[in-house]
Amino acid sequence: MNPTRRVLLAGAAAATLSGCATAGSSDDTTNKGNTSAENPLGVPAETPLEVVIFKGGYGDAYAIDAQNRYKQKYPKAAVDQKGIQRVGEVLQPRFVADSPPDVVDNSGAGRLDLATLVSSGKLKDLKELLDAPSLDDPSKKVRDTLMPGVVDEGTFDGKTVILNYSSVLWGVWYSKSLFAKHGWTFPKTWAEMLTLNEEIKKAGIAPWTWQGKYPEYMNDPLVSLAAKAGGFDLVKSIDNLEPNAWKSPAMLAAADAIYQLAARGHIMAGSEALSHTEAQNAWCKGQAAFIPCGSWLEGEQQQVTPAGFDMVMGTVPALTGSDKLPNGAVMAASSESFLVPAKAKNVQGGLEFLRILFSKQVARGFAESAKALPVVNGATDGLTLPSGLSSVAQAVKAAGPNVFSYRFRTWYAPLSKAVDDATGELLTKRVNPEQWADRVQKAADAVAKDTSIAKHTR
Amino acid sequence: MRHGKYRFLVGAMAAPLALYAIFVISPYVQAFYLAFTDWNGISNEANPVGLANFTKLWSDPLFLAALRNNGLLLLVVPLATIVLALFFSAATRGTRVYRVVYFFPQLLSVAIIAVLWQFVYTPNSGLLNGFLNAVGLSSWKQSWLAEPDLALWCVMAAMIWSAVGFYVVLFSAAMESIPVELMEAALIDGASSGAIFRRITLPLIFESVQVAFIYLGIAALDGFALVQIMTVGPGGPDNSTEVMGLGLWRNAFTYGKFGYASAMGVAMFLLTLSLAALLLRATRREQVELA
Repeated sequence: MNPTRRVLLAGAAAATLSGCATAGSSDDTTNKGNTSAENPLGVPAETPLEVVIFKGGYGDAYAIDAQNRYKQKYPKAAVDQKGIQRVGEVLQPRFVADSPPDVVDNSGAGRLDLATLVSSGKLKDLKELLDAPSLDDPSKKVRDTLMPGVVDEGTFDGKTVILNYSSVLWGVWYSKSLFAKHGWTFPKTWAEMLTLNEEIKKAGIAPWTWQGKYPEYMNDPLVSLAAKAGGFDLVKSIDNLEPNAWKSPAMLAAADAIYQLAARGHIMAGSEALSHTEAQNAWCKGQAAFIPCGSWLEGEQQQVTPAGFDMVMGTVPALTGSDKLPNGAVMAASSESFLVPAKAKNVQGGLEFLRILFSKQVARGFAESAKALPVVNGATDGLTLPSGLSSVAQAVKAAGPNVFSYRFRTWYAPLSKAVDDATGELLTKRVNPEQWADRVQKAADAVAKDTSIAKHTR
Repeated sequence: MRHGKYRFLVGAMAAPLALYAIFVISPYVQAFYLAFTDWNGISNEANPVGLANFTKLWSDPLFLAALRNNGLLLLVVPLATIVLALFFSAATRGTRVYRVVYFFPQLLSVAIIAVLWQFVYTPNSGLLNGFLNAVGLSSWKQSWLAEPDLALWCVMAAMIWSAVGFYVVLFSAAMESIPVELMEAALIDGASSGAIFRRITLPLIFESVQVAFIYLGIAALDGFALVQIMTVGPGGPDNSTEVMGLGLWRNAFTYGKFGYASAMGVAMFLLTLSLAALLLRATRREQVELA
């Protein structure tokens, strides 16, 4: 790289953040102390640690808890921890200049694009942490204390570079009390769903509403149905951009299943123009029976949910009687992406901070304060959970190993936009399932052909 | 004495000019440079790619859609806003109350305007559908922002609404500076009010109208904030409200293609600049001196 370009880019960084960035990258020399049973990662006792946390819906109480435990263990190290909102804006110049903090929670609307961070080689391989003994039980490695899928989800081309903290499941939500009142039960197959919808309609309630302004909300049940019918192979073929994966029979059938909601008039009028807040509030008022959403819904609706509403999440019903994945299989992903930058000044300290963060005690505190499910196994055992969160915890148990997640959303943002657009059109009946699949397949092919987009495989 | 004055001026201007150079001019210059690279926003390497980003623009269906939509905004918004503003300022001469009322939207930030209009258009409890219901036109009810054929027009309405007030005030001030004798003379000669407006008022405030065209033209080439907050997707449904600014933002911050996004920025810059130059030329007229 020639020097003028570097000067210019450092200038770009400086202009974004009133000149706090300095150019110049240090060599990858790790600052490592002696290892011991107490300190398996070899944390240098006196090196300061800098942590930047996204302080959003989940707050930062759990990270402060981890910080206090770190300080207790390494009293000579100064810990500088900040909870901020616009993580990307603040940290972009520091990543460009290679002087990042030691731990980052890269989350929230203004986060840095993960695929870009990975393709620029800015992230530390977390293998050392995953193979270290866990804090709670030294006979168990950290990787074995995490829920299925978490390590996989943070892995790019064989290297695990992020660990997500909060587990998110996607399903279909309904009010337990409303269903009890009418004697409805949550359907097991999509055919049952359509039958029940007719019954709900007769009761004067719209069977479904959805967050039409952001069509991705309806993609989740759609691709869940496809994964259930087509199994893990289908999920992989989609993520690997295989030719005609979006036109596979399972995906087409799933698109048709969702299309039927619109075609049969099972969706509340006007839903296609409602924001997530408007749709979710209408659902909380009992204007619609079902709404698709991730497991954050209960927390998000806390202020407006009427007493006795008892919201619960049901897993997306089976698409057919001969699905490849058993009933109860669920789409899960995790959020709150923790990472250690490759050029951090205290890499070992960063890894140790994460080892403490992913311990049972801290995770338990997270479940209590953030009302969300941490990815640490057994962290919520014995806690009394609200109705929604407990239904989510049950869904995790019921699914066992049958937890799937798509990666194309993080890997290929342009494809993800194309799917969203197409699904919006599908649910307004402006395209039919075949046209939907055609459009999305075309977008997938375009991404596959585009040499400027870094490709990943699983 | 003279020397001392310049020293004072330099001393007073140096700091603001330096700030301007660092925070305004240098990012512009850098954007021009980045437009010829593949910078991803994170890496400290930016490889030159020549004109590739610019040639890609012409085959990017989203950018072309944005160009079309911005073009439509450009055709409709300035003209509609100016006609309305001229009408209101002529119709409310001498009544200051209305001018204050028209100016209200100008006091709101774009974000608030976008949210307000979203409430107007929202299908089930929105003001517009509620109004149609009340006057017995319930068959006209729509999911306004979810209809590809209507969404952009809905955004335009919000854009015009929020801009009109400022130009009412601008034009009113210009109209007040027209000498009363001119109007009286025209009236005595028996000119109709339409003729007075066409032959006297409009020519005498033409400079203000010209400025309005340029400002509104620039605003029509943007539209990012309203589209981002109001529309489905945003930019939808199915990209029917996509604008260049939105594509730029998406490419930079969600796709990590800062080089390509900079190329979009440069294209927008050149478009805006040539529009302003073109408008200034096309609307040049003989100046009327009133003194």
